[in-house]
Amino acid sequence: MAITVLFFARVREQLGCPQLLVESDGETIEALVNRWVAERGPSWQVLQQTDIRCALNQVMCARDTMVRDGDELAFFPPVTGG
Amino acid sequence: MWREVVVSTAPVNEAALQDRLRSVVGDIGAIATFTGVVSEQGEGSGVQALELEHYAGMTEAALGNILEQAGRRWPLQAAMVCHRVGRILPGESIVFVATASRHRGAAFDACRFIMDCLKTDAPFWKKEYRDGGAHWVSPRDSDDHARRHWDHAGELPGQEKRNDD
Repeated sequence: MAITVLFFARVREQLGCPQLLVESDGETIEALVNRWVAERGPSWQVLQQTDIRCALNQVMCARDTMVRDGDELAFFPPVTGG
Repeated sequence: MWREVVVSTAPVNEAALQDRLRSVVGDIGAIATFTGVVSEQGEGSGVQALELEHYAGMTEAALGNILEQAGRRWPLQAAMVCHRVGRILPGESIVFVATASRHRGAAFDACRFIMDCLKTDAPFWKKEYRDGGAHWVSPRDSDDHARRHWDHAGELPGQEKRNDD
């Protein structure tokens, strides 16, 4: 199963990456992030910071949400528009 | 309720936007507008430019959702929001909100509600550029507080319902 993952603002800069296509098999967002930190190294710990928000298919969501094939998952800091 | 969301790198043309709103809504009693302008005083002085990043797609959806919420809460004929993205200079407009209603109370309150929600719910991120470099702007507790206020209150504090406007 493949999902698209997007990173914005400080998160994008810290990871040096705006977008990824990754394999995921019915995990929660929290499990996915923990796996990335183990597999990809400590720079990915930015995604575990408590102020980092996530959105699934462009709607804000909690970390215990399951991701499915074809989903669009995004990580970003608190918003500062206006 | 008529609604419009614009997210663009082009300069915000407040007069043209308000003219559009007037042209699509017939008999209007009141229009309230808010314009946010980039200041040299950001998180410290000497801001030379802002760079506005956004999540294309989710931004438009979030803004449309905020306008819909406003339309459910107040008797609005129209609501619009225009937010600029990309590089913006001090003195330039960054955001414009307009609401139209038969009465000024609804127009004023809905306009403020839309801005308060935009500040915490719409995926935009500001980066400030100065001589010394660039840094991401931190969210402010006062914005969260302003947003939470609307979860508990239908009207602004101390405001009475009036029908004479």
